[in-house]
This record gives sequence, structure tokens and C-alpha cells, in this order.
Amino acid sequence: MDAPLTWIGRNIPRLEDPALVRGEGRFVADIAVGSRAVVFLRSPVAAGVIKAIEKPELPPGALIITGEDVATLKPIVPRLARFNYVPIEQPILPRTRVHYVGQPVAAIVAATQREAEDIADQIFLDIEPEEAVVDLDLAAAPGAPIVHPMAPTNTIVEGRIRTPGLEAAFAGATVVELDIRSRRQNASPMETRGGHAAYDRASGRVSLHASVQMPHMLRTGITDCIGMPEADLRVVAPDVGGGFGQKMSLFPEYVLLVWLARRYRSTFAWIEDRRENLIASAHSRDQHHKVRAAFDDQGVMRGLDVEILANIGAFSCYPTTCGVEPLMALAEYAGPYKVAEYGAHARGITTNTAVMAPYRGVSRPVISFALERLMEVAAKRLGLDPIELRRRNLVTQFPHRTPTNMMLDEASYLETMEKAVEVAGLPAFRAEQAAAHAQGRYLGIGFSVINERTGYGTPAFAARSMEITPGYERVEICMTPSGEVEARIGASPHGQGLRTALAQIIAEETGVDVARIRIIHGDTDRTPYGWGTFASRSLVISGGASKLAAAKLAVKLKRAAAVLLQGEESQVRLEGGMALLPGGASISLDAIARTVYHSAGPISEKIGYDLNEAATYDPEGTFSNACHVAVVEVDTETGGTKILRYIVVEDAGRLINPMIVDGQVQGGVAQGIGNALLEEIIYDADGNILTGSFADFIPPTMAEIPPIEVHHLATLTGASVLEAKGVGEGGAIAAPAAVINAICDALEPFGIQLFDMPATPQRVRAAIRTAEETSP
Amino acid sequence: MKPAAFAYHRPESRAQALALLAEHGDEAKIISGGQSLVPAMNFRLARPPILIDINAIPGMDDIREEGGTLVIGARCRHAHFEKPVSSAPIGLLLSRVAANIAHTPIRSRGSFGGSLSHADPASEWCCVARGLEAELVAESTTGRRTIPAAAFFQTIFTTALRPDELLTEIRLPLFGPGWHCGFAEYARRAGDFALAMAVVACRVEGGVIREARVGLGGIASTPVTSPEAVAVLLGQAPSPALFLAAGQAGADATSPDGDIHASGEYRQDLVRAMIRRALTQAFA
Ligand SMILES: Cc1cc2nc3c(=O)[nH]c(=O)nc-3n(C[C@H](O)[C@H](O)[C@H](O)COP(=O)(O)OP(=O)(O)OC[C@H]3O[C@@H](n4cnc5c(N)ncnc54)[C@H](O)[C@@H]3O)c2cc1C
Repeated sequence: MDAPLTWIGRNIPRLEDPALVRGEGRFVADIAVGSRAVVFLRSPVAAGVIKAIEKPELPPGALIITGEDVATLKPIVPRLARFNYVPIEQPILPRTRVHYVGQPVAAIVAATQREAEDIADQIFLDIEPEEAVVDLDLAAAPGAPIVHPMAPTNTIVEGRIRTPGLEAAFAGATVVELDIRSRRQNASPMETRGGHAAYDRASGRVSLHASVQMPHMLRTGITDCIGMPEADLRVVAPDVGGGFGQKMSLFPEYVLLVWLARRYRSTFAWIEDRRENLIASAHSRDQHHKVRAAFDDQGVMRGLDVEILANIGAFSCYPTTCGVEPLMALAEYAGPYKVAEYGAHARGITTNTAVMAPYRGVSRPVISFALERLMEVAAKRLGLDPIELRRRNLVTQFPHRTPTNMMLDEASYLETMEKAVEVAGLPAFRAEQAAAHAQGRYLGIGFSVINERTGYGTPAFAARSMEITPGYERVEICMTPSGEVEARIGASPHGQGLRTALAQIIAEETGVDVARIRIIHGDTDRTPYGWGTFASRSLVISGGASKLAAAKLAVKLKRAAAVLLQGEESQVRLEGGMALLPGGASISLDAIARTVYHSAGPISEKIGYDLNEAATYDPEGTFSNACHVAVVEVDTETGGTKILRYIVVEDAGRLINPMIVDGQVQGGVAQGIGNALLEEIIYDADGNILTGSFADFIPPTMAEIPPIEVHHLATLTGASVLEAKGVGEGGAIAAPAAVINAICDALEPFGIQLFDMPATPQRVRAAIRTAEETSP
Repeated sequence: MKPAAFAYHRPESRAQALALLAEHGDEAKIISGGQSLVPAMNFRLARPPILIDINAIPGMDDIREEGGTLVIGARCRHAHFEKPVSSAPIGLLLSRVAANIAHTPIRSRGSFGGSLSHADPASEWCCVARGLEAELVAESTTGRRTIPAAAFFQTIFTTALRPDELLTEIRLPLFGPGWHCGFAEYARRAGDFALAMAVVACRVEGGVIREARVGLGGIASTPVTSPEAVAVLLGQAPSPALFLAAGQAGADATSPDGDIHASGEYRQDLVRAMIRRALTQAFA
């Protein structure tokens, strides 16, 4: 008899939350209290030659470190094997040139942050400015100023794909062309970056506590740059206040902190402020796409041909490389749609701007914006209802092989859309819209259908030809002599409630209460090598490994119970902290654990001397999917958009903890709404950043986010041992398209189509003004 | 983002504050709510060597009515106006305006006088003071003077206050019977500084507008008035068409500054809409 499902699928309150709501979380800045402070002096110019760095007289104990002092440190150079890729080098601190505003030029150490800032104020930085190139299209154009001499066309990475029948697909077809622009974003985690590096004189080791998503990878990257044994560095990600991809990459600041700790045999801390985070951490999604699609007279998309430009900033992010945006767009452009013939040309272009790195959804919010705008515009051209056009083009047969050789596993693209249409009450809305229009009000509804590649292991990254191929996860599980379960994981949560979800999975397998399960994470001294958190992977991969490891532990426990209860191993059931036999005989797991460790006796012959197990999981990946609906009102006088209703119909397969899933979706949608309406990092033509605070780079606040209704379908997939799919990014991927489609629907009377995001009030109003001026 | 070092004084009387100002002049800055000054200091855009904190001075946040005038103590917090401070039309107007200023925590510290002294062109109180022709009272050890709002706002972040002067009072008309007041602004997010705003006050007698004041904020280096909009309103009966015409006249007469959030052209559109909406609210 199988154990009844007791733990999976329940809204267990997050085990993480009591400490967080009591203010007892431990973030880097909590750990750093009282340490000597490091402040980075950052380049005020986008491109230039360093002539001199004149240092003031320093108070005792203070230090100024420049590129000359750290000339032995190796630069950060991530590599891609295939594709056209130029391995540009990012210095820890530059000696000769600066490449973007915000690039660290010197590190200042003082007793407090304020004193370090006082010293920074007095440093005279003599940089001879050179012509900078900032704008993506200008940088890609012939004759543009060159950012790195190694890359004379500013192209750092380039990929191409073209199926043989592409041209033929366009012949005689209805061809729809779009010019899609996505403006630069900042992921804006609530907690900024920061690190605390402590030297241990006894062992010669450094412990770096840092607000990061990939502690093991960071350790490898830092020790490679410094040329020190990896074993002499411990990296710990304590509580992390969000990352969204921004905290995946290796940054020079962390290398420098560890270098300082070793060089001065002391402890140093750097806590990034918000201005630095906006200017100098990592940006994303500054992209320009040209899309051509061929539809036959039935409205079936026969061909898709895209030209993708991504602004990668001044350097290539480590470990993903700057291929992460353009090559993802190239590989995943078709989304949930069938397309027989496909062509893509993707380029990553370097400019004198902050470094691009992954941000929740990476290129997919832009792709889905393009595809979902395409569906609307094409429907209009073809005289079809846009929902009907989607019906004719969504993938409905699974598994489905895409033109770029990805396997779409079982999903519900069509079903989520139909359900969304029903929940939204489309016919009733159309009546409401007409009534509002009669009063001079402009309501609109927008749909967006997406799939989200999640939980992909090494095969997917190998296909990208990254020198570093992430993907697998290992979980080491152990029952202590007193019966608690400890699971050491290579993944590293950054606020998403992974501890709770993994505990539920382990509880399900072992019958141990979640309250007695400890998930140990984010510490390279205490966890197996792993890849941290990104790409909607943790639940699928680390959760999958947790299940596999816990199942092995369960076997051991059953075997031990069979010996102790003198029963059949196959008949033992684990439940409620007990091992039970059908006849009623039972023993607590605590008692089993005691016996195994302390009075092993005959059990050792069956199971050995411990209750340790481990498993590694490296799946191909599974696609979750969703349909989002936004209902908006556009104020035509101001161009402002108010979201009246927001609906998500999500399919993430089996839900381990639905409340956590809903939280992921809602948070993602909030970021997507910011992406659609508000957020834009802006540089002037000289590369000065104009959005250095939350007064100018404006994420949505509570007032801008409507309640978000989440509905679930559950397609159970064999592609994940949990039958669960990832959900980390879908909200952010689908929302921009839904919101902007809704705006265009509202502005249908003006014939307005928007292809530039965010759809700021200024852009929307400009479109309305043009429409008013051209049509009397 | 830590401020540069500064000396700090917390006088307990107005006289002490004025004496400190007289002594330190240019070197010193008053701190009232600190909601503009402290961020500027943290960014090190402002580095005052001396701060004079007026929060311990009694009576600086009094509000009283004197004849037809509302007299507001300079340290009166924004939040104080969320409920009408007077039963005259100005009370309701100020409460409508206050709801647009920043967020609750900022409103509970930031002050009316601090906003005027700071003279951010997108400040609601500056727009109200200019548009409704407030008088501002400044004091120093050498005496007390009254400055009309038109002369007070000189350019962005610059007022007629001398370095040794403390702003102590703001005097606004209460607006008696027959007056209708309204305010409208457009900000990108709730609580953001507005991209454009308009304040209006009109006196109606015999069904037509006899007197009108229209103030605009967020569109130039200081708050401004719109005589062009006023001209359209005078002598006319209030109506939606009139409000739109006043908005159009007001917008046509401006050539607003552009920034990353709003081009000049876009701000002009907003001026038209905000005048229209403020008038609509006034006569609703
Ligand atoms: C996130 C945020 C959003 C905001 N949004 C808005 C908004 O939408 N609209 C808006 O209007 N404001 C906004 N503000 C500013 C806020 O309203 C401030 O409170 C106000 O501008 C200044 O008032 P204060 O009392 O805080 O002045 P302080 O910051 O203490 O002082 C400001 C300046 O005025 C001087 N000063 C202050 N009082 C006097 C005095 N009595 N005599 C002479 N000089 C004096 C100071 O020396 C200083 O130079 C915002 C602030 C923040 C932080």
C-alpha cells in the first residue's frame, strides 16, 4: 500500500518566514556590522585612458588599492567554445582604460563606510575621456567607435540558424514584419550586492559571505582569478534578499574582497548601495529585434525569421557569458508556437555601458512580447480573431521538436488559453469595453501565451557551448541519531522558499515531519558542489535530487525497520515519523536512527553504519506554460495605464506548495508590469547614466500592482521525477506582452500598435498625439 | 551613501536659531523634516558643514486663521493637511493636494516650509503657494519681512531667502463663499514627484467667473501662474468646454522643460489635461 499523499501539494507556511518577519534573518550586512569597510571608487566616464590616480594622505589603517596593486590578478574571462565569440577580459581593477560609468577603479578601505567615502572624495582621478558608444544600434553600425580592439565590429558573440525551406515559406505568404525594442532593465533585488571576507590566521583560509546565487561557482571563479587553492576559500550565501539573476555573475568586487583578506590577513566588508546597484551591478534586456513571419491563408505560421541584437555592455558576464541573451533568443524564439521553417541571426554587441547579465526570464520577456504582438498584428492583417490565430498555431502535439532541436514535453498551451478566455469573460468584457468607449473611456484586454523552459541540466548548457556547463544538482541526505533529517544541497535559494518545498518533498518520501527536516544550503564547506539558483531550476533539479536521495534513505529506513520489527521490507510503510507494518507492528524512525548509529548489531549487515544517502539529478528540462490576461484602462490625456484586472492560468505540473508557486507567479508578474510600463535604465549619448536612484528608475510599488488571480492546470510530465515544472520566471516572461497587448486593444480606435517597451505614458501619449494629428 | 561630516545644533527657541543663522550664514543649513536635505546629503550633493535643527522650537508648526488668511507655521508637516485644516475652501483644497505628496512616512516628517525653502519646481506646496499668491514670512536677527510668492521662487532650488533668514510662516487666502478650488497632477507612480500639476481657484458670482487664479508646477524652473488660462475663464460661465479651452490656452502659452520622464511636448499635453481636471474638480 502506498503512503497517502500528505506533504506534497499542501500550503505549508514557509519555514523561512518566522525569522524573516521577526527581523532575525542573517543577511550579509548583518554579518558585516563592525568590519572594516570597503568602498569602490567608480569611473565617472564611459570610455577613457587612466592618466593618474592621485591619492590623498590617508588616516592610519586606511588603504587605497588600484589596478597597479592588483596587477597579478587574472581578469574575468568566461568562454564559449562554438559560435563566433571574442573572449574579452574584464580586469578586477583596470590599469589603463575604463570601459563604462560605474566600473570600479579603486577600492578604499577605512574603519567605516563614511570615512572610506570621505577618502574617495579626495582622490583625484585623471581620466582622459575618449569617444564612447552607448546605443545598441549605433554600436552595431559600421564605423562605430570600438569598445575592445579585439572586437573591431563590437560584435562579441554571433549565432546563426536557418532551416532549408525558409525562403520558400515566405514566397506567396502574408508577411508580417515587426520592429521590436526592449529597453534596458535592472533586476533591482531588495537586497543589493555585498560581501564580507574574513581571514582565518590559523588555517590561512578566507570565508566570504556574499549575497549571491551561485556560491560554488563564485568560489571557483574567485580562486581562478587570484590563483589560490579553491579549498582555501569558503563561500557562504546567507539569507539572500532576492537576486533574479543579478547575483549569478562573478563580479570584480568579490575577487577584490578575497584578495584584500588574504593580502592583509584581515576582515573586510563591502555593502553596495542602491545607486551603485543601479549603475554598476548588472543590467539586461537592451535588445532590438527585427521579426518577419510568413502566414498562409489559413493563418498558419509557415516561417519565422528574426534578427536579434542584444547590448551586452562593456564585458561578458561569468559564467553564462554574454551569449546568454542573444543565444537564448536564437534558441527559444518560437515559444509555444509551431513553426516549420526558422531563421535567426543573433548578435551580442559590446558598448560602454554596465555589463549585461541574466535577469528573470533573460530574453524571453522580449521574445514573448514580439510573438504576442505578432499574433495581434497578424490577426488583423489576416482578418482573424487573435485568439483563433493562436489556436491555429499553438503546439498541441507532444513531445514537439522545435526547429532549434529543443523537445517540448507534455504541456497545455491551448488549454491554458481557453481557460483564460473563459475566466476573463471575454464576450462580457467586449460589451463593457464598448459601453466605456461610448463615455470616452478606453479599456483594453491583452493575452499572452508562453512556455517557460525550466529545470534544464547539463545537456542544455552543453548545447550552448559554454566552457562551464552547469546543470546537475546533488543532494546529500542524512538522518541524525535523534531522527532529524539534514539535506545538504548544491542549490542556493535567494528568497523563494526552497527550504520549505524541499522539506515537503523529503517528508513525502520519508514520513518525517517537515519541522524536523533541515535544508543546509549556500555554504561551500557544508554542501556538495552545485549550481545555485537560476533558470527556474531549483525545485525541478534540486527537488528531484532531494526526492531521489530521500527515496534511498527511505529504503534504508525500511530495511532497518524490517530487521527490528521482524517483518518484510516491502511491507514497511513510513508515515508520521513511524515505520509501520500491516499487522500493526511499528517503530519510530527516531528509534531506528538511534539503533543504527549506537547499537548497529545485525542492522549493519543490511544497511551499513549510517543513514547517509545522496543523489544527483541532471534532467533534460521541462517546459511549464501559462496564459496571462491583463485588463487595462488607458488615460488618453496622459498616456497613463491602469491595470484593472490581471489573470494568470498557469501549468507548472505537480505543485509541491501551491502558495509558494502563486508567490513566484505574482512576484514575476509584478516585475513584468514594471518591465511593461515603468522601468528603463537610461544613458545619455556620452554614457552617463541618468537613472541612478529609484526616483528615476522606477519599479512598480504596491499602488501600481493589481491583485493577481492565479489559476492552475496540472500537466504531469515524465521529464521531471517530481512531475513538477519550474515557475521562477514565467510571471516576468508573460506579463509585458499581456499588458502592452491590452494597451493596444484599448487604443484600437486610434489604430495604435506599440512595439517599444516599456510603454511609458510619454510613449503612449506620443502615439495618441500622432494618431490625433493624422486622423482628423 | 553616507553624508560628509557636519556639526549639529538643536536650538530651543526661534531667537537661538536666528542667532545661529546670523553667526554661520552660508555655512549653515536649516533642517526641518529632512526629507529633501538628508537624501541630498547622503548622495553628497549637499555638504552643509553645519545643521541647525528647528524641530525643538515651540510654535513653529501652529496653524491659525487671521481674517481672510490661513497662517501656516513653516514646520507644519504634510500629513497635518490630510484632513482639512479649515472649513473654508482652502482646507479641502490643501487636503486634496497633500494626498499627492510622496508617501505616508515622508508626509509625516516633511514640512510645508521645508518644501517652499527647498523650492523643487515639482513640489505641490510650491505650486499652491505660487498659484494662489501666498505670502511668505521670513525672519532674521535684523527683522521680519513678507515676501510675495511671485518674488520668492527664483529658480530651481533657489529662493529669495537670505542665508541668515528663517522661513517662519506661509499665509494663504482662505477663499470665502463663491470660491471654488481644485488641484490635479500626473505622476508616474503613486507618490512620485509629478510631471505636471495645476492648482485653480475661481470666484463665481451671478453664474460667471469673476476672479481666477491658475498655478502650474513641474514644468519650469519655478512654479508659474497661467494668466492665459485665467483670461479664458474670466467672465465666462463654468462648463467642460470652458475648462478645456482654459487648459488649451494654458498649455499653448507654456514651453515646458523636458527630462527623461517627459519631453516638453508631452508636458504641454499634461498641462492642458491638468488645468482641465483641476477646474473640473473645483466645480464638481
Ligand atoms: C521619496 C520621496 C518622494 C517625495 N515626493 C515628493 C512629492 O511628490 N512632492 C513634494 O512636494 N515633495 C516630495 N518629496 C520631498 C518632501 O516633500 C520634503 O519633505 C520637502 O521637499 C522638504 O521638506 P522638509 O521639511 O523635509 O525639508 P528639509 O529636507 O529639512 O529641508 C529642505 C531645504 O529647505 C531648507 N529649509 C527647511 N526649512 C526651512 C526654513 N523654515 N527656513 C529656511 N530654510 C529651510 C533646508 O535648509 C533645506 O535646504 C519627496 C521626498 C522623498 C524622499
